[in-house]
Amino acid sequence: MDLVESILSIAIFAGTSLVFATIGEIFTERSGILNLGLEGMMIMGAVSGFAAGYHSDNAYVGVLVAMAVGGVFGLIHAIATISLRTDQVVAGLALTIGGTGLASFLGQKLGPDGGPLVGLIGPRFVKVPIPGLSEIPLIGEVLFNKDQLVYLMYILVPLAWWFLYKTRPGLHLRAVGENPQATDALGVNVFRLRYGYTVLGGALAGLAGAHLSLAYTPGWTENLTGGRGWIAIALVIFATWNPARAVLGAVLFGGVNAIQFRLQAEGTTISANLLNMTPYMLTVIVLVAVTFFEGFRKRVGAPAALGLPYNREERT
Amino acid sequence: MTSLKFEKRLTTSPTVKWGVPFTSLALALAAGGLLLAGVGVNPFTAYGAMLEGSFGSKVALTETLVRATPLLFTGLSVAIAFRMLFWNIGVEGQLVMGGIGATAVALFLPDAAPGIPQSPWVYLPLMAVAGMAAGAAWGIVPALLKSALGVNEIITTLMFNYIAILFYQYLFTDPWKDPAGFGFPGSAEFARFAWLPRFSGRLNYGLVLGVAAAILLWVVLNKTKWGYEVALIGENEQAARYSGVSVFRNIVFVMILSAGLAGLAGFVEVSAISHKLQQGLAVGNGFTGIIVAWLAKLDPLRVVVVAVLLAGLLVGGDQIQISLGLPASIAQTLQGAILLFVLGGDIFSRYRLRLIRTAAD
Amino acid sequence: MVGGENLAPHQGFSPMSAPPALAVKMDGITKRFPGVLANEDVDLEVRAGEIHALLGENGAGKSTLMSVLCGLYRPEAGVISLKVGEEFGPVDIGSPRHAIELGVGMVHQHFKLVKSQTVAENMIIGKEGIPLRLDMKRIGVGISALADRYSMSINPDSYIWQLSVGEQQRVEILKVLYRGASILILDEPTAVLTPQESADLGRALRTMVAEGKSIIFISHKLDEVMSFADRVTVLRQGRAVATADVASTNKAELARMMVGRDLATSVSKLESEHDKPMLELVNVSAINERGLPALQQVNLELRQGEIVGIAGVAGNGQQELAEVITGLRDTTEGSLRVRGRDCTGNSPRQMIEAGVCHVPADRLGVGLAGNLALSDNLAMKSYRRAPIARGPFLNRRRMGSEARGLIDEFSVLVPGPATPARNLSGGNQQKAILAREITAGRGFDDGAVLVAAYPTRGLDVGAIEAVRERLLSERGRGSAVLLISEDLDELVMMADRIAVLHGGQIMGVVKPQDTTIEELGLLMAGERRS
Repeated sequence: MDLVESILSIAIFAGTSLVFATIGEIFTERSGILNLGLEGMMIMGAVSGFAAGYHSDNAYVGVLVAMAVGGVFGLIHAIATISLRTDQVVAGLALTIGGTGLASFLGQKLGPDGGPLVGLIGPRFVKVPIPGLSEIPLIGEVLFNKDQLVYLMYILVPLAWWFLYKTRPGLHLRAVGENPQATDALGVNVFRLRYGYTVLGGALAGLAGAHLSLAYTPGWTENLTGGRGWIAIALVIFATWNPARAVLGAVLFGGVNAIQFRLQAEGTTISANLLNMTPYMLTVIVLVAVTFFEGFRKRVGAPAALGLPYNREERT
Repeated sequence: MTSLKFEKRLTTSPTVKWGVPFTSLALALAAGGLLLAGVGVNPFTAYGAMLEGSFGSKVALTETLVRATPLLFTGLSVAIAFRMLFWNIGVEGQLVMGGIGATAVALFLPDAAPGIPQSPWVYLPLMAVAGMAAGAAWGIVPALLKSALGVNEIITTLMFNYIAILFYQYLFTDPWKDPAGFGFPGSAEFARFAWLPRFSGRLNYGLVLGVAAAILLWVVLNKTKWGYEVALIGENEQAARYSGVSVFRNIVFVMILSAGLAGLAGFVEVSAISHKLQQGLAVGNGFTGIIVAWLAKLDPLRVVVVAVLLAGLLVGGDQIQISLGLPASIAQTLQGAILLFVLGGDIFSRYRLRLIRTAAD
Repeated sequence: MVGGENLAPHQGFSPMSAPPALAVKMDGITKRFPGVLANEDVDLEVRAGEIHALLGENGAGKSTLMSVLCGLYRPEAGVISLKVGEEFGPVDIGSPRHAIELGVGMVHQHFKLVKSQTVAENMIIGKEGIPLRLDMKRIGVGISALADRYSMSINPDSYIWQLSVGEQQRVEILKVLYRGASILILDEPTAVLTPQESADLGRALRTMVAEGKSIIFISHKLDEVMSFADRVTVLRQGRAVATADVASTNKAELARMMVGRDLATSVSKLESEHDKPMLELVNVSAINERGLPALQQVNLELRQGEIVGIAGVAGNGQQELAEVITGLRDTTEGSLRVRGRDCTGNSPRQMIEAGVCHVPADRLGVGLAGNLALSDNLAMKSYRRAPIARGPFLNRRRMGSEARGLIDEFSVLVPGPATPARNLSGGNQQKAILAREITAGRGFDDGAVLVAAYPTRGLDVGAIEAVRERLLSERGRGSAVLLISEDLDELVMMADRIAVLHGGQIMGVVKPQDTTIEELGLLMAGERRS
C-alpha cells in the first residue's frame, strides 16, 4: 500500500504544473489561438518566479510575478498573431526559442549582485496538511497533504469546467474558436476575447513554471521545464479541449514521473537516460491513440477556427 | 471618430520590400539593447564586440563559417518541410540520430567488415549515407503517423527530439563509452579514415557539401515537376489532390529529404568536428534552423546567407561571454526576438496602415 | 428598445395615410474595398411593415450595402437613419452589436452558426440580458414559444450540425427575432430552399410584416422578387438605379434595370444525336466526412454530346457525386465506367488520364492555388507531359507561353501569366479553370467527360454567358457534361436531361421540355416520381 500511496502522491504533485499549463492552453485554443510558446512562457515563469521569490523572500510574490511575466509573453503572442496576423505556429516557436534563451540569460544575471541564480535556496511552498482530511487513509496523504498551489489546482479545475460549459462568457469562448465570423456578427468582440484568453493562457503557463521552481524542484537550473510545455500542448489534444479530462492526462504523466523516481530510488540498473524517455514516449503513444480513436469516431474536439487569423473586412 | 486599420497593398515597392525587414531587424536589436542596458552593459559595446568577434578577423570569420555549416543543413531541412506545411520541429533529433548513424559506421564497421577498404573515399560516403538514413528513419515515423492517421506532427517530432537526445546520451555514457577514456563520457575516437577533411582551422568540407545541397535543392524545387508538386501541396493541398498529386506519398518523400538533410548535418559534426560521439551534438542547431528557414522565406539559396548571419550572432554571443562576461544565451534571446519582429513586421509589407475617419464625423 | 412585442398597428403600411412611416433611410452610402468601389452614393428607403427587395446581379453591391446597415462594414461616406425610441434620425452604427441594439438583424447567405453548439446556445450568443449562469431549460422554452408564433418549429436542443439547411435558416431567422429585431435583412434566402420551402418562408415573412416589422430581401431572381416583395430597389455596379412598387412594374422592366440591357432568355442548342455512353455509374454509394451515407445506390449514365443536369437543394450529395466521378472520393459500393472501361477505385490522376475534367464548386479552395502564378495554375493538368515537362524537369518558358495562349483563347482578363490567381475576378478565375479543363480534355477526339459544379455561381452576366457557351460547345464536339447547379432556370435552359438528387439518391430523371418547376421542386423535396 505504501508504494501505491507514494506513487499517487508524487503523481498529483508532478502533474500540478501540467494541469495549470494545459488548462491555460485549452482556454487559448478554445478562443482560436494556437500558442506553441507555452514552453517558453513556462520557463520564463519558472525563472522569474524563483528570482522574485528569492529577492522578496516570499513565495507568493514569486507566483504573482511569474504569472505577470507569463501574461506579458501571452500578450506578445496575442499582438503578433491577432493584430499582426503572423503565422501562429512560427510565432509560438519564436517565443519558445526566445523565452528559453532569455530564461537562461536571466538565470545567470538575476542572482545577488547580478550573479547567477543556480544553486541558490529561496522560499518555497511546503506541504500544508489539511486538518482532518489529511488523516484519511491513502487519499489523505495523496490528496490533502500538499502545497498551496496544488490546492489552487483543485479549485481551478472544476471552476474552469463550469465556466466553459455553464456560463455565458464560456459559451462565447466556445463559439469564438468555432466560428469567429458568426460570433462577431452577434456582437461579441472577437479581438478582445482572443487577447484576453491568450494573456490568461500565458499567465497560467507562468503559474505552472512557478510551481516547478517554487515547489516541485525548488530552485533554478537550466532547462528546468524539460519539455513540460510541449507535453501540455499534447495533453490539450488528449483532453479534447475539456478541462476535466486535462487532469486525468496530467496525473497520468505525473504517475510516470513518480514510477521513474521510485525505480531510481530502488537502485535500478536501467540507465537514467532511458528511464527519462518514458514521459516523451508516452506523449507520442497517447497522442496516436487519441487521434486514432477520436478520429475514428469523427469527433476530435479541435476548435474549427484554431490557428486561423480573423479579419472582419477581408474579402476573398 | 478615427481608427487605424490595415488595408491590403496591391503592389509592393522596393522600399517596402527591403525597408520592412531591416526595420524589424533594427527593432529586434533595439529590444535586445534594452535588455543589455538593463543588466548594466552598454549595448553598443556589446554589439560591437559581437560583430568584431564574428566577422572582424579571419579567425572569427572561420569560426562563424564552422558554426554556419550545421545551420545550413538544418535550415534547408526545415525549409523544405515547412514548404509543404509539414511542421518538422524535430530537426534537432534527426541531426542527433544522423550523428549516431555515422558514428556507428565509423566505430563498428572496420571490425565487423574488415574487407572494406579503410579509406576516406569509401568510409566518408558510407558514413554520410548512414547518417542520412538514420536521420530519415527518425523523421519518417512522424510523417507516416501524420499522413496516415492525422497525428499532430508538431508534438511528435518534438517528442522525438527528447527521445533521440536521451538515447544519444545513453550511448556515449554507457554502451559506446570508450573504456580507455579515463571515465570521461564519450565514445572512442574515430580512425583517421573516418575524419572529414578540414581546410582551415576547423573549417571543413561540410560547408562545401551544404552549399552544394542548397543549390541542388533550389534547382529541384524551382525547375522540376516534383518541385512544382511540392509548391502546389504547400499552397493548397485540395488543389494538389484535384490535380492528381498524391499528397500522402509526397509528405513522406519530403520528410525523408528533410530529415535526411538533418542527418547529414549530424554526420558532418561528428566526422569533421568531434571525431567521436560526445556531449555537444545537440546544441540547438535544429531549432536555429527553424529561424534560418523562416527568415530565408524558405528559399534554399537565401538559407545560405541567413545561416552565415545567424552563425555570426551565435559566435558573437560566445565572444562576449568571454570578453564581457555576459551569458552566451543572449544570442538565442536575440534570435527569438529577431524572428518575432520580422514575423510581426511582415504584415506591413502586405498591408498598409491607414487612418480611417468614420462617416459619423 | 424595440422588443418582440407587437407594434402599434398605425406603423403598418397603409395607403390611406400620407407619407408612410420610414423604418430605414440610407443616404449617399459609399463603401470602398482596395481596388473595388462596392457602393457608390447609394440611397435606400424602407418603410415600416413592408417587404422591400434589393435586386441586383452578383457583385452589384447588395450584400455590401446590407453589411454596412448591420454594422459589419464601416462606410466611407453616407448617413443611416433609423428609429431610435420614438425619434427617427441619423445613427452611427459602430458594430454588429450596436446594430442589434438598434433593432437591425441580418440573416447572411452563408449561415453564421456555430455547428458544434445547440440551437438554443446559438440563439443567446452575444445577447444582452442573459445571466452569467446559463439556464438552458428556461431559454429553450422561450425559443419554442417564439418559433411557434411564426410557425417555424424547431427543437432548441438540437445541434446545428444535425439540422437540414432549411432548418438552419429557420434558426438564423429566429435568432434575429429573438434579439428583438424590427428590421430583418435576408441575403438570398431561397437559394438553399426547395420551391415549397420558399413558399413557407414567404408566409412566415408575411406574419412578421403584419406585426409591423420591415424586411429587406436581397435577391437576384426576378420571380422571387415579384412574388415576395412590396417594393423593390435595383442596384447595378454599386449604384442604386431605381425604386419601384412591385405592383406597378414587371419582370422585363426589372431585368433591364438590373442588367442594363435586354437579357437573352434562351440559348440555341442542337438536338443531341449520339448514344455512346461516356460515363456510367452503377449502384454507386459513398460516405461523407462524418461517415454518414452521402450517395446511395446512384445510377446515372452520360452519353456522348449531352448535358445532364443535377438539380437539388445544396448538400444533398452533389459535392460527393462530383468527387466520386473525379476520383477524389472513394465509393463504398457500385462501379464506375468511363468510355466503357471500368474505373472503380481509380485515383484522381487515373481519372484525369481517363479523360475526366472537373470544374470544381470551390474555385479558390480546390480549383486554384491562389498564391501561385496563373501560368502555374493553368499547368495543373498538363505539367506531367511534354511540351511543359522535359523528363523530370519543367520547361518554365513553355509553361508561360502555353498560358498566354490560353489567356488569349479564353479571353481571361489578367495583366499577365505571372499574376497570382487570387488577384483575378471570380469570372476570370472561372474562365481560367474552364480553359485548363477544356484543353485537358482536348486530347480525347471523341470528347471528354466534363464535371461542372456550379460553374456560373457568383459570376456576372457576361461571364455567365461565356461559361455557358463553352459548355455548349464542348457538348457540340461530343463531350459529356455533368452540370451541377442550384439555378433551375439554368438547368432547364442547358440540360438535355435533369437528374434530381435528394438525400444522396436520384429521385428521378426528367427531360426539361416535359417537366415543370413544380415537379422539379417536389423531386427536390424528396417526393419520388411515380
